[in-house]
Amino acid sequence: MLIPCPHCGTRPVEEFTFLGDATVIRPTSLEPSSMDDWMDYVYLRDNPRGNYAEYVQHSGGCRAWLVVTRNTGTHEVHSAVAAKAMKAKP
Amino acid sequence: MSGFRIARGGLIDRSANLNFKFDGKSFTGHQGDTLASALIANGVHLMGRSFKYHRPRGVISAGASEPNALVELREGARREANTRATIVELYDGLTAQSQNRWPSLENDFLAINSLASSIFVAGFYYKTFMWPKSFWEKIYEPLIRKAAGLGTASKEADPDTYEKAYAHCDLLVIGSGPSGLMAARTAARSGARVILADEGSALGGSLLFENEEIDGTTGSTFAQAVISELASMPNVTLMPRTTIFGWFDGNIFGGLERVNDHVAVPPPFEPRQRYWRVHAKRAVLAAGAEERPLVFGGNDVPGVMLASAMRHYANRYGAAAGKSISVFTNNASAQRTAVDLQAHGINIAAVVDTRKNGKIINVKGGKSVKSVSLADGSHFECDAVAMSGGWSPIVNLMCHRGAKPIWNETIAAFTPPDMGSQFTAIGSASGKMLLSECLRGGIAAGTFKGKTPPTPKCRDEAFAIQPFWWVKESTGKAFIDYQNDATAKDLPLANREGYGHVELAKRYTTTGMATDQGKLGNVNAIAILAEAAGKSISEMGTTTFRPMYTPVSFGAFAGPFTGHHFQPVRKTPLHEWCVEQGAVFVETGLWMRSSWFPKAGEDWLTSASREVKATRANVGLCDVSTLGKIDIQGKDAGTFLDKIYCNTFSTLSIGKARYGLMLREDGVVFDDGTTSRLADDHYLMTTTTANAARVMSHIEFCHQALWPEMDVQYVSVTEQWAQMAIAGPKSRATLQKIVDSFTLNDETTPYLVAKDITILGGLTARLFRISFSGEHAYELAVPADHGNMVARAIMQAGQEFGIVPYGVEALSIMRIEKGHVAGGELNGTTTAGDLGLGKMMSTKKDFIGRMMATREGMVDAARQCVVGIKPVDKTMKIRSGGHLLNQNDKPSMANDQGYICSVAWSPMLNMWLGLALLSNGRARHGEVVKVFDGLRGHHYLGEICDPVHFDPKNERLHA
Ligand SMILES: [Zn+2]
Repeated sequence: MLIPCPHCGTRPVEEFTFLGDATVIRPTSLEPSSMDDWMDYVYLRDNPRGNYAEYVQHSGGCRAWLVVTRNTGTHEVHSAVAAKAMKAKP
Repeated sequence: MSGFRIARGGLIDRSANLNFKFDGKSFTGHQGDTLASALIANGVHLMGRSFKYHRPRGVISAGASEPNALVELREGARREANTRATIVELYDGLTAQSQNRWPSLENDFLAINSLASSIFVAGFYYKTFMWPKSFWEKIYEPLIRKAAGLGTASKEADPDTYEKAYAHCDLLVIGSGPSGLMAARTAARSGARVILADEGSALGGSLLFENEEIDGTTGSTFAQAVISELASMPNVTLMPRTTIFGWFDGNIFGGLERVNDHVAVPPPFEPRQRYWRVHAKRAVLAAGAEERPLVFGGNDVPGVMLASAMRHYANRYGAAAGKSISVFTNNASAQRTAVDLQAHGINIAAVVDTRKNGKIINVKGGKSVKSVSLADGSHFECDAVAMSGGWSPIVNLMCHRGAKPIWNETIAAFTPPDMGSQFTAIGSASGKMLLSECLRGGIAAGTFKGKTPPTPKCRDEAFAIQPFWWVKESTGKAFIDYQNDATAKDLPLANREGYGHVELAKRYTTTGMATDQGKLGNVNAIAILAEAAGKSISEMGTTTFRPMYTPVSFGAFAGPFTGHHFQPVRKTPLHEWCVEQGAVFVETGLWMRSSWFPKAGEDWLTSASREVKATRANVGLCDVSTLGKIDIQGKDAGTFLDKIYCNTFSTLSIGKARYGLMLREDGVVFDDGTTSRLADDHYLMTTTTANAARVMSHIEFCHQALWPEMDVQYVSVTEQWAQMAIAGPKSRATLQKIVDSFTLNDETTPYLVAKDITILGGLTARLFRISFSGEHAYELAVPADHGNMVARAIMQAGQEFGIVPYGVEALSIMRIEKGHVAGGELNGTTTAGDLGLGKMMSTKKDFIGRMMATREGMVDAARQCVVGIKPVDKTMKIRSGGHLLNQNDKPSMANDQGYICSVAWSPMLNMWLGLALLSNGRARHGEVVKVFDGLRGHHYLGEICDPVHFDPKNERLHA
């Protein structure tokens, strides 16, 4: 599998470390009533066949955290965007 | 013993005689031979015994699919099991042994299995050897392995080297027969970067052995001209002896190049094999098709061979399988064998064609063919049988990513699935059975742009097949899978017993397993299974195709990363000094850490105990450079650390250090360490040695993915600084002698100070007054290159105070004496509360892990928390791993109260001490528990106590 790092160009998957689901958003509330949201954030994951956005670090390269979208059925990589840039967009 | 060398012809060099040994007997062959062709030419057909019935077996094929002629190649450390004699290139001095026989190939004791074969049906192992269960491991399996087992590996280290390499190309052509050559030439002429790979020792594929005519010349002459042209082009890489064994994501192909398997010993500085990763913009599969055996009685007697293999041996190697041959076929292609062999002067006893209702029922003969008997009652004497059950395109690679091949009725074979333009099949690999189609398909596949060049002229041989799967009239055993000894009857049996799904039938009958993965037998098996199940072949489908196409040695996967080169060795900046001091090193991750510093005659415990005593009495110096160090800067550095740590760092005074605790988002403790504030916007974090890289990555994630709006930068400086702990009552006096122009006292350097200083007349250094040992202590960091020199200076300065170097063992003893938690307690299950650090968790801010740490189960009073433990019998040794039980309870999971995490011999208290995790432990100090150490058969009483065993009031820290 090849991943097009926005900083380093297309590089082999061995240079990257996968973390997991990039669609979950860390809750901001610290109220006990928000516990369900936190449980979902920490533990609940979809396991889709098809497109999946994951946090991936270019650990053997520029070390940037990326959001890589790939098809879990075909392993085709659709995009790789810096997580920083992703978060900046609302 | 009927094979012989034909007087003329072939692509062998008859002037080059090569001597070799098979099962200890000497033979001679020629340059260009394979081991199999040389054995056939020497009249040897018996090359192995079968796996289950130990039946005599000879060579079936002339290539990678060979299921029978598996040999142990070479001797001693270079011995390699399960190599296929059909692809082993002959060299002078080659030695090979047959497999699966005892005591010898000719007289195999276990052939008795064959007589008892009525019980050796499919599923036999599962049915017979299941009860009682314990017998399987201890008796049945070792026995079966000894009786059956394929070759044995050399137990010596492999003396040869292996390499890994990458290649990139516009077009990867897999296979160098007529289609592959045309694709490569067409693409190369248009300027594309082309790699042409072929598993064979010579390029040319079927043109090396089939009698063809292309552009008015022979197939092999035509091939040679194309190969010469390709070899002269700078944009072409020719890779003979290279098997493309797998297709992976991103159009990446795995390849194995047998660089020096064709010589006895690789030349100096050359690898035996090279593991390739080929990134191809486009690839074409031109791997050809595999001829199928027919399924009839005695189709495994040595001398029964694939029809194409028989003419391959005769035409390419000048090796005749026999003097009189019967041909048995269901298709047109076997006619070639009859014609070619006749041209070599070999008698054709009979051509039996199922399309004309001809059937061979049984082959007579044990170790070689004597005759064949036909369904019509006739018999023919012959010494070899050529069989052809049709052709199966070699679709494997195109199915490696999950797609299934498609059944084609016309050619009675599975053809490759459509995988788009990045990887296409051409020629007979795509089911095209005419030479002109192969040439045309190759040219089309190699045309990147513009007009398609013309196709060379050739003569086509019409192909027609009428499927025929199994001669049911046979009385002898009719084999489907030679390597696993699966017979035609096993498949209907599997279906009757409920294992009719193709994947289940594979496991139940073992058809299609082992080193050849059913390359020859699978389609026959599927057809017979489909018939038994009343399904079409298309409905039955195939089993899953997975890499590797053919076996790849572990050496090739490992490449150069073996032994010393398996992983990098990290040495600290103080390594040289540690060596001078006589350190014994221990591997900690990649790091080499100084473990203890023995004097003459000391063992590790004596040495470490002496180091502890000297440090606690006077002063000791320890290399702590392996701790992770992360430099963190920026306007928001403090706020950022407040998010990362559960305690607060934005309020830390400049010039001070603070102990910090990090949680994971699930509330469990992640890491700890001391972090200092060097300036308003500048912090220096330290992490544990083990978690340094993980913490760095965590920080990067938290900033980039969670809080990118924060103005903060960070970089690992672990390797930039040499760091030393100077501990003990004389540490201040020792340091005083090397610092520049200031007096060390509680005003200038109070506990937890962190400051930039200079030492030894102007050298940069950072001084921290922190302590892991519990003593009055400092840590001094200097630029890495100065480390050894500064350590020597400190030793000199401390000489008058009796300074000693101390290692990780002494450090560990001192931290257990002091009840400081480390790896044994920060084990991925403990919360801050479990460690007695619950009060560190701020309630005034958000931090990683805050919410999850408040969950009911995370604050439960019954949780196991850190306590001290010591044996009631103070002379007794305790060991970590022992479980804690209430005194009157029996050992069980339900009664488990906790376990011992860390132990040490305390030279200060003269006894063994430990730290343990114990349910509701803080309320149980003074209680006596039972320690159950089932692993070592060791049970004793332990007393629970405060984790701080030594100097409980921390008086020494501030002394
Ligand atoms: Zn990168």
